[in-house]
Amino acid sequence: MELLREVLDLTGTHVGCDTTYCGACTVLMNGAAVKSCTVFAVQADGADILTVEGLEKDGKLHPIQKAFGDAYGLQCGYCTPGLLISAYQLLSHNRQPSDKDIGRAIAGNTCRCTGYQNIFKAIRLAAQSAKGA
Amino acid sequence: MAGTETQNWVGRAVPRKEEDRLLRGRGKFADDIKLREMAYLHFVRSPYAHAKIVSIDTSAADALPGVICTLTGKEIVPQTQPFIEIGPDSKVRDYPLGVSKVRYQGEPVVAVVAESPQIANDAAELVNVEYEALDPVVDAQQALADQSILHEEAGTNKIWNGVFEYGDVEKAFRDAAHVVEVDRLHFHRFSSTPLENNVVIGQWDPKDDYIYYSCNNSFPSFAIQFLAAHLNVHIDKIRVQTSDIGGSFGIKITSYPQMAVCALASKKAGGRPIKWVETRSEHMTSSAHGNERTFRDTRVALDKDGVITAITSRHIDDCGAYPRYEPLGCVIWSQVFPGVYRFRNARIDFTQAVTNKCPVGPNRGYSRMQHLWFLERVIDICAHELGIPADEMRLRNYIRPEEFPYTTPNGCVYDSGNYPKMLALAKELIGWEEWKKKQTAARKEGRLMGIGIGTTLDSGTNNFGQSQIVNPGAPFSGNSQGANCKLDIYGEVVVAVGSCPQGQGHETTAAQVVADVLKISPDLVTVRTGFDTERNVHTGFSGTYASQFAVSGLSAVHGAAQKLKAEMTRLAAYVLESKPDDLEFGMGAQGPEIRARSNGKSINYWGLANIVNVNSAVLPTELYEITLNCRYIWRAPFKVPDKQKKYGNLTLTYASQLHIAIVEVDRETFIPKILDYVAVDDCGTVINPPIVEGQVYGATAHGIGAALLENCLYDAVGNMLTSTFSDYTPITAVNMPKVKYGHTATPSPHSYSGAKGMGEGGAAPIHTISAALQDALFSEGIIIEDSFNNADSLFRALVGKEICQADKLVKVERRV
Repeated sequence: MELLREVLDLTGTHVGCDTTYCGACTVLMNGAAVKSCTVFAVQADGADILTVEGLEKDGKLHPIQKAFGDAYGLQCGYCTPGLLISAYQLLSHNRQPSDKDIGRAIAGNTCRCTGYQNIFKAIRLAAQSAKGA
Repeated sequence: MAGTETQNWVGRAVPRKEEDRLLRGRGKFADDIKLREMAYLHFVRSPYAHAKIVSIDTSAADALPGVICTLTGKEIVPQTQPFIEIGPDSKVRDYPLGVSKVRYQGEPVVAVVAESPQIANDAAELVNVEYEALDPVVDAQQALADQSILHEEAGTNKIWNGVFEYGDVEKAFRDAAHVVEVDRLHFHRFSSTPLENNVVIGQWDPKDDYIYYSCNNSFPSFAIQFLAAHLNVHIDKIRVQTSDIGGSFGIKITSYPQMAVCALASKKAGGRPIKWVETRSEHMTSSAHGNERTFRDTRVALDKDGVITAITSRHIDDCGAYPRYEPLGCVIWSQVFPGVYRFRNARIDFTQAVTNKCPVGPNRGYSRMQHLWFLERVIDICAHELGIPADEMRLRNYIRPEEFPYTTPNGCVYDSGNYPKMLALAKELIGWEEWKKKQTAARKEGRLMGIGIGTTLDSGTNNFGQSQIVNPGAPFSGNSQGANCKLDIYGEVVVAVGSCPQGQGHETTAAQVVADVLKISPDLVTVRTGFDTERNVHTGFSGTYASQFAVSGLSAVHGAAQKLKAEMTRLAAYVLESKPDDLEFGMGAQGPEIRARSNGKSINYWGLANIVNVNSAVLPTELYEITLNCRYIWRAPFKVPDKQKKYGNLTLTYASQLHIAIVEVDRETFIPKILDYVAVDDCGTVINPPIVEGQVYGATAHGIGAALLENCLYDAVGNMLTSTFSDYTPITAVNMPKVKYGHTATPSPHSYSGAKGMGEGGAAPIHTISAALQDALFSEGIIIEDSFNNADSLFRALVGKEICQADKLVKVERRV
């Protein structure tokens, strides 16, 4: 986390609790969503890391990002980078998640603004658009 | 987005302008900002809830390489004034660092400034503070006994007391058919805990003697009033900027003490910018919590039909160790004095006390939700005792749709509403009859299933004149907001507003309003992000709090846009050799323009802006007053309330919420589970439906979290037991039920657009879940005494019989 934010200036990933509860710091490490506040940089040595900044492609939003926007799946946007990564991980191995699957995938991501309703909607929408594509 | 010239943008689901940067991880939050020569501040905090500071030794910390300076309360006192106290003749001396004693666990005592956050943290460990423990008081009622006093200068722990009495209470009790007494009810302490903690970057720049802040305070115009007086500087010398803010819910209003320390530390550090980033534990122990309130000796008079005719009660509010925003909460609850009900006679004796706990702040639903919860408990308890169904009880007591605008016993004017219609819609959405049948079947099996209704109000755009009810000398009244709308040099439409949003979509809704005035697409309207004192659009009330942007903020934006439109019209009429009523605003081939119908000439925005800004020799002198840069201050039409009678209109709009929950308490685990949930909202005319729906869901999650999961717990000596998220357990996606959403609209006659402020949600879920639990547990002899209920407390009630016992809490006198 410190490496990402303070050294690499990738400030899209956020700190919310420092105790691995809130998931604002979630990044993808070798394909698995991890809470970067409790991963040392040395533990990630040689690993593939995907942060929110890496989701867009050639300036175009990733379908998951677009779905969050279309479904009003964010308000203050502080938790959003972590949620996008958790959703990304879910959809990368489960293209038709049930609401229960979605709930489990984002159980470690606290959002204080949305009450989660539109986040479920966004992830369902992202799954649909991936299917259509 | 294709702009059309006839369709209104207000009322439509316009996508949020904020989204793109936030989705890409390019939001600019306070902790994302780094400045040249920036140093980092860490607080040494009190481990005690109440103690005398005997000595402070910072020498080891000062000697650590990388430490720039340390700062203590004793050093601050000669340089500053104590913070302004809102209460009358207050003797409380509030400084941002503990001076001679500490009054809550987590109170900052020493600030350590270093080259890195890590060094500051390490150095803080080297500071040696010697304390002498004093008796802590963690209960407001005990505090009022004044056996252990927090603020010696004040001589008492009582912060405020006042009696709110209206109508003829004695007569109502004499004439009553039934009198119900409830010994004690208690609204617990919780916080909406924004996901982003407090962050301050403060610099007292010796070059120009200005104080610069980049921070996430959510009511900066309030903060600068406190800071200027505290730091003995002109208010214009304090610049506060905010950018994206990761939630506040009111909690970030009271970060001005930390802002003060950063400025003073910067001064000591030779003017270097100082960054302080709060940790979650610091946030939990020492930012701000919501108000805790105990309701004692409640008596309710009812007629033979169960219509409430009078209520008397004693309310004791716990504001934590320092009043800060208090005692405003001692009057703010009375914005919703009768709730949604028709009773005209009442006497509430309201007292506030300090305790050795974290100071409170205006948490979402501030001060009204406690009172509304109390009234909903009264309604359900009386309904049960009189054998009236909960829905029928409400219908008999609701203010009727035809009675609006309704003047409450204390002079507030409820603008509009239709509570029976909301109830009918909520019942339909949840399948009321079906659930009633299921409940009957469940009860036969011995299951504890309850159906609860919560009706609540979200009063918005408050009249600061109510501060004079708590302090007759307070220099505040009315409410206002500022906005600026301009055509920039190249003709861009740019809007700045004095609000300080944290996810409410102000950039989007402000653009919708301007787009309608100028008949252009919201895409063509730039709305400045965040708050900045140097934009010069703020008034003393500017910020984002108290459910008001849709009214105060958008009224200001609307006013500024109309002013701009009038100037553009006047200028265009001259240029196009036409008359104002001959002109039409719309889109042309080269973007937005103004056309003269009669001669077909047109001029685009660039052309207009060009004349005023860089081509002014073509202007006749009589048009010199046109600036195309229009500032507008909107003022709420309020009067100063009658201080003695505590009478007057305290709020402009009254949004309402009606929720229904089905809750079952497991017989073996005592875990309360929500089986179904519906939220119906009425906030008048809606500016952007999905944004409003999002606010409703968010407020619903906060309420459900508060009702079942989130409790700021202290032990008997004032140790905070829920100082991490793992202990506090904010609601997550797996605890949050699916919410069915419904909407009714009774436009407000008090706002230009018919909109009502909303966003706090009146804590409807807390009332609703308490109501459902009450419905489930009446048969077990249980009264839902507390607003917080989890498996542990329900076990203690049902099995331990320690709390919530109806035979101890409720008495009924039947006279007919």
